[in-house]
Amino acid sequence: MKLLNVLLVLVALAVFSGCGKRETRVDVAIREQILLYGNKSEPQDLDPHVVQGTGEHQIISALLEGLVAEDPKTLDPVPGLAERWEISPDGKVYTFHIRATAKWSNGDAVTADDFVKSYRRILTPSLGSLYSYMLHPLKNAKAISEGKITDSTQLGARAVDARTLELTLECPTSYLLNSMASHYTWWAVHMPTVEKHGDPYKPGNKWTRPENYVGNGPFILTEWVPNSVIRVRKNTNYWDAANVRLNGIDFLPIESVDSEERSFRAGQLHRTEELPNGKIDAYRKDNPKLLRIDDFLGNYYYRVNVGHAALKDKRVRHALSQALDRQAIVDTVTRGGQRPAFAFTPPNTVGYTSRAQLKFDVEGAKKLLADAGYPGGKGLPPVEIHYNTSENHRAIAEAIQQMWKKNLGVDATLRNEEWKVYLDTQTATNYMVSRAGWIGDYPDPNTFLETFLSYSGNNRTGFANPEYDRLVNAAACANDPKARYELFQQAEALLLDELPLLPIYFYTRVYLLHPSVQNWFANYQDHHPFKYVYLEATAK
Amino acid sequence: MFRFIAARLLQTIPVLFVVATLTFFMVRLVPGGPFDAERNVPPEIKRELEAYYGLDKPVFQQYLDYLGRLVRGDLGPSYKFANRSVNEMIASTFPVSLQLGGMALGLALLLGITAGVIAALRPNSALDYTASGISMMGICLPTFVLGPLFILVFALNLRWVNASGWFDSADRILPAATLGIAYAAYIARLTRGGMLEILSQDFIRTARAKGASEARIIFRHSLRGGLLPVVSYLGPAAAGILTGSFVIETIFQIPGLGRHFVTSAFNRDFTMVTGIVIFYAVLIVFFNLLVDIVQIWLNPKLKY
Repeated sequence: MKLLNVLLVLVALAVFSGCGKRETRVDVAIREQILLYGNKSEPQDLDPHVVQGTGEHQIISALLEGLVAEDPKTLDPVPGLAERWEISPDGKVYTFHIRATAKWSNGDAVTADDFVKSYRRILTPSLGSLYSYMLHPLKNAKAISEGKITDSTQLGARAVDARTLELTLECPTSYLLNSMASHYTWWAVHMPTVEKHGDPYKPGNKWTRPENYVGNGPFILTEWVPNSVIRVRKNTNYWDAANVRLNGIDFLPIESVDSEERSFRAGQLHRTEELPNGKIDAYRKDNPKLLRIDDFLGNYYYRVNVGHAALKDKRVRHALSQALDRQAIVDTVTRGGQRPAFAFTPPNTVGYTSRAQLKFDVEGAKKLLADAGYPGGKGLPPVEIHYNTSENHRAIAEAIQQMWKKNLGVDATLRNEEWKVYLDTQTATNYMVSRAGWIGDYPDPNTFLETFLSYSGNNRTGFANPEYDRLVNAAACANDPKARYELFQQAEALLLDELPLLPIYFYTRVYLLHPSVQNWFANYQDHHPFKYVYLEATAK
Repeated sequence: MFRFIAARLLQTIPVLFVVATLTFFMVRLVPGGPFDAERNVPPEIKRELEAYYGLDKPVFQQYLDYLGRLVRGDLGPSYKFANRSVNEMIASTFPVSLQLGGMALGLALLLGITAGVIAALRPNSALDYTASGISMMGICLPTFVLGPLFILVFALNLRWVNASGWFDSADRILPAATLGIAYAAYIARLTRGGMLEILSQDFIRTARAKGASEARIIFRHSLRGGLLPVVSYLGPAAAGILTGSFVIETIFQIPGLGRHFVTSAFNRDFTMVTGIVIFYAVLIVFFNLLVDIVQIWLNPKLKY
């Protein structure tokens, strides 16, 4: 019995003394300047020419830098690996001057040729790059990626000398610098390294393993344990290493939002990727300092199958749209500070806001439906809402179902499908109304409006309008910014008149951020250049 | 004994063949492919990818190619994680699942057998009801309730351990306990039943009459027989713990094989799904064989 007592005392001592005031990982990390970053999902790879996700973007942006970089506050293009650049008066030739101090993490100088070879690589069809279309503004890029031109030296990218890169475009592309700063497809890889670890023009290259990785960004890859952690540490060869304040970042791919939130509360993360919807109100009330809600460059909308017999008449589509109380959806269902969407392009996308706006008008909706031959919804077959299985999508679909019933007398049914089945159904346009989301690839109306081009694989609604195609294509090649936006205005007005979609809300990013994180600015691409970020202990 | 084992091993070959064949064709029957994405994949790019992975060939040809590689022990490349092979993924994640499962099973046996024996020694006493009640609760509480509950208490309120991750040795405690407790409960009930049956047998009464101590009666005379039901349960339990750790691995953010097993099906990562299913099939066959051998050793009435 005595022995048992002694044991109990020992256990109690161990528990209350040692572990009771345990320093959390966040506390240790602040001292060591290591950012603990919840990154949601395990990256597919860390090769900028192979991957497609946003989680991958965060990690790759720590390891590589573009010729142009992003201003941490405004995301405007600022000098990156290039110290300056010139644009020809016709807007078709860009000349970049690479810094003499720009180096790869193995000490090699960054050269113009690195970029030329990298761009040829991503456009080589056999690599199977899902994002190669980002480079299509370059001369002959599209033809090369489609295999129509096999001689990749015809690409509009040329090394004038070791430190001068000249890019020639198909037509003036005013968003080029934004795209080059924000999107990893434009960043170079170290070709000798890629060549050493496999076929550079086929998938499955092993150069992205920590022991092989050579980058040119503020950090280098030091450890990668799948589904556990990706560690990057300061790159002393980075041209601006003196101004990099973090010593490193640990990216933690925590798939479950609930686990991620608990990890944050347990002091294991500085930043979560998301926050479960059900917890937003609690944080708003009890811990508003930790809660971040940033506007995000994306639209949550429903595709409408314009070829479906019941939805062919655009008056029916407008009735369905006008009967939606979008404000109520964001206030009572999503509750994450989203803005109701009455257009497709998010408002104030680099100064562009659609003039044409949809409206919420129940009486008008009823009239439109009656004019189309379905007074009070009579005669209209039930509208099936198709979505990928998720609690949040279901809640929104149910709210819309009720609004249509109450405001129009239209019945709606719900059909949920597992992700890949859902994609299959959507691609085959085998639905009536189908949930969708579009996140802009770069800050410009083009990334939204081009999805509804008649030949775009992202259209998936059956909408095909030659005038719309003409306007969007003309805008893509317009050199005068004002004329260009005017073309987009006309295109978007046409889109909202034909209405092959029901915009619902503009996304926000809802996440938790530890107060110790400094130089972290809200912006609509959720990009936070890591070279500026640092950690500062805060009073508890 | 050798012939018994050899025969059993030979039997596994057709079993694995059937498993591989069924999985191979079933994953391909589901709508959606590995390269479908929300953003459109240009047809020429999709063709290149499919050609690279041999998915452009007729399905039967793909099947023959797959079997050919399988015989050589090559499970192919992962479609989702482009620079990793399925063999590599299993080799790096299975040890984690094995460690978690081993700890959970050890804990389950320790708690379960102790509770079961105590309950059986004083049947229908307060002690028995307490032990049985607790184990009933353990069976009823699913891991997705127990796990977050443990995290709430031990990680968030008491701050003794981390809420997730697989880095320090302390990170092993909560997941192993969560996973082990459900099985401990089951083992406790099986032990109690087995022990009660043995303790009522004549040879136990004889031992008592001859003045054997209670400890000797439990450890020397009854445990070996009383644990038989537990042993036959261990085969499926071990397999269940290893394959069923998906929930625990997700809650506690553990880089084990269970998560790949489930997510690869969502990703339509054909080679990964098939590879993991075959690997699990091998494991289950192996555990069942092991259990049969232990049973023969424990129970002289059985013959091979």
